[in-house]
Amino acid sequence: MAKPIEFEVNGKRYSVQYPPDTPLLSVLRDELGLTGSKYGCGEGQCGACTVLISGVPKRSCMIPVSTVAGKPITTIEGLEKDGRLHPVQQAFLDAGAFQCAYCTSGMIMSSVGLLQGNPKPTDPEIIQFMQGNICRCGTHPRVIEAIRHAARITQEPRS
Amino acid sequence: MSDFTENFIPEPERYEFRAAPIHQFELARRDFFKLLGAGIVVFAVAKQSRAMQETTPSRAFHNEELPKEISSWLHVGEDGTVTGFTGKAEIGQNIRTSLAQTVADELRVPIETVRMVMADTALTPFDAGTFGSRTTPTMTPQFRRVASAARDLLIEVAAKEWNVAPEGLVAANAKVTDPASGRSLRYAELARGKTLAQNLPVEDPVTPAPEWTIAGKPVPKVDAREFVTGKHQYTPDFRPAGLLHGKVLRPPSFGATLDSYDDSAAKALPGVIVVREGDFVGAAAPTVHEAQAALDAIHAQWKEVPQISNKELFAFLKKNGESKPDDRSRKQKGSVEEALKNAAHRLDATYTVAFIAHAPLEPRAAVAQWSDGKLTVWTGTQRPFAVRDELAAVFHVPETSVRVIVPDTGSAYGGKHTGDAALEAARLARAAGRPVKLVWTREEEFTWAYFRPAGVIEIKSAIAVDGTLTAWEFHNYNSGTSGIETPYVVPNQQTEFHSVPQILRSGSYRGLAATANHFARETHMDVLARTARMDALEFRLKNLSDPRMRAVLEAAAKSFGWPHKKSREGQGFGIAAGYEKGSYVATCVEVAVDRSSGAVRVVRVVEAFECGAIVNPDGLRNQVVGAIIQGLGGALFEAIEFENGRIKNPHFASYRVPRFRDVPQIESVLLDRKDIPSAGAGETPIMALAPAIGSAIFDATGVRLNALPMVPNGLQRT
Ligand code: FES
Ligand code: FES
Repeated sequence: MAKPIEFEVNGKRYSVQYPPDTPLLSVLRDELGLTGSKYGCGEGQCGACTVLISGVPKRSCMIPVSTVAGKPITTIEGLEKDGRLHPVQQAFLDAGAFQCAYCTSGMIMSSVGLLQGNPKPTDPEIIQFMQGNICRCGTHPRVIEAIRHAARITQEPRS
Repeated sequence: MSDFTENFIPEPERYEFRAAPIHQFELARRDFFKLLGAGIVVFAVAKQSRAMQETTPSRAFHNEELPKEISSWLHVGEDGTVTGFTGKAEIGQNIRTSLAQTVADELRVPIETVRMVMADTALTPFDAGTFGSRTTPTMTPQFRRVASAARDLLIEVAAKEWNVAPEGLVAANAKVTDPASGRSLRYAELARGKTLAQNLPVEDPVTPAPEWTIAGKPVPKVDAREFVTGKHQYTPDFRPAGLLHGKVLRPPSFGATLDSYDDSAAKALPGVIVVREGDFVGAAAPTVHEAQAALDAIHAQWKEVPQISNKELFAFLKKNGESKPDDRSRKQKGSVEEALKNAAHRLDATYTVAFIAHAPLEPRAAVAQWSDGKLTVWTGTQRPFAVRDELAAVFHVPETSVRVIVPDTGSAYGGKHTGDAALEAARLARAAGRPVKLVWTREEEFTWAYFRPAGVIEIKSAIAVDGTLTAWEFHNYNSGTSGIETPYVVPNQQTEFHSVPQILRSGSYRGLAATANHFARETHMDVLARTARMDALEFRLKNLSDPRMRAVLEAAAKSFGWPHKKSREGQGFGIAAGYEKGSYVATCVEVAVDRSSGAVRVVRVVEAFECGAIVNPDGLRNQVVGAIIQGLGGALFEAIEFENGRIKNPHFASYRVPRFRDVPQIESVLLDRKDIPSAGAGETPIMALAPAIGSAIFDATGVRLNALPMVPNGLQRT
């Protein structure tokens, strides 16, 4: 058996034994039960599996689990704090930025990553950044609206 | 509309969807209340058996049997929770919310107290399937009547309690109130300790659309929080204890059969189950990785059959089309031959549409579990009861031993009518004696699902000097009959559908053939307008009598600012319209074409849509905008490439779908006709986009594109 790989997901430490080239997405979903990250293509083409690794959005289907050893990972399950939604989650909720919502976890994680690096993105910057996330239902305009909205509420001082 | 439609076979029948007979519901009344708790129940009975019900003198029934052939029901529980039951599935079209709105509105309760149980063959009444934009026109009025009857029943209970006449009592805010005495009882109190069940009365007046308070409003998706937190469980997210993961060995090409087979190495792997039944070969193991390793260890040789490629496709369709369609596939009026001969202007053209894929982001998936000879399957399908019957037939068990549950699903667009993954998972689970999950890879999804059929459409037409249509001959090869009839007034018409032996596995797709037929017809109308030297809108209005179609055209044109003056090089404008499944659409488009690179960009879309009384304008807008964006793919660049039984572009990297950069500025103009019953909205908004884009490209460049997709590699220089 492969030797254990340790990493941190949503502030919790895990140690798993998997072949080193297993995609992080499979480990998150099948081993840790964190099924909020979705499989949409397994080829880095759709963004449904997006998680933050050391704060940077990555397609977890393309990340071999061995490469995240020791790194902090945030998944959609880790955004809500004490029953309070992350501003980006709240913004998606307010904008109704989903239909079947299968793309939503990935959209939200990509948006969180975008706003962390660029708190006030312009529309072309949003479009450029989100280009790798597919929504087959065609909810793109509302996703853009949600990101703009999230940028606004993030900047307002939290009460 | 003309009587044309009746002649044509309704589209869903053409492929795999012959509706199963209405099944009787086995749950006895006693079990029903055991399941749901005490309270008040109202049933809606399917039309076929209504006549019988109507002759039954008593409105309430007291025996232990539930009425047969129920199509929906509603339960008001002791805690005031209202539960609606329907066999329809939520696949992103937002019916869980719109149906809850309808129930809340009619029963006069807050929407938060309404719960919908959907698409579970053990709990919900039989339903043929969630397709054809049928939920809103059938299920919404039904739930309204059921809720109205439940309200009457609650009033009757209160009247009895107070010993007053029911007529003066008022139901509002989850309470029945007696205005005379001022006393009131909550629904929860009225339902307490009761096991009252009632059939839907024959006539029960429901609240007219102008008086709706919860319906007709932009109510947010009911369980939206579950989705933004990642908590909602789609089929691939289920993890029952002892779960194994399944994989299926796919043949190298369609129709290939096993020639030689050796699985001894695979079977020797620890913890692996290998199953072969006929040409089905699969493996189940504790991880996907191990299941795949088992498949890799199998030595299988396949016998392949030669097949055509997409390069020969259109010639094949033309050559193999049924030359003499039966009466159900043709319609004639006046004499086209005569009119073509005497035409002032005659115009003939041929149009083609490619095979395209639905590519729902949630691939086909299923979790199957056997226990004591009974099978439970979670799967994302639009037809849970058909999948149940298929499973029962394949495994030789009674239908009552199979339960199919459809978790709210990561979309379908007509692509999830079949139960392929369910069958595969159930086979593996039976052999393994443990639950098995099977999730198709993206490549499998692009290859082994079914496609929107390709087609060839030929039109012969004529107009008089003043632009009046005089002849219209329309032949559709293979793509289908939806939207095949022209909505324009033409005295001489001939319309034929020619079926062709199946090339690739084909089936339903959002809008069915209406997209192809509208592309051909509306493109042709644009050319005719130019031939007549008329504006494209003016030409349509001149040949149109249907007031609803005129209304959407005028509304779209007004918001768009039609006719629009060009202000830039490469700019072009187009308009198109259509009617299908009780709703109307008109679309105006602006494109920008870069002549040097050939890049085509859709800059702006204004779409007017009318589907009768609007149930949820927010959900509707989402559907309309979604259809436009999805429609961009089929219009501009989506096409399945195939050769010798293989799909050559089974990945998002090679099968291009619309992404953020492709999305234009979109404005949807919703016409709310409160005087017309609500129709569905999942499909029609996609139909008029492609021809409007094509006409705009012509307007910008003078290049006429008659094939969908129009610019898979940009506009080719000619
Ligand atoms: S599943 Fe990872 S990008 Fe599609
Ligand atoms: S909402 Fe369905 S894929 Fe985005």
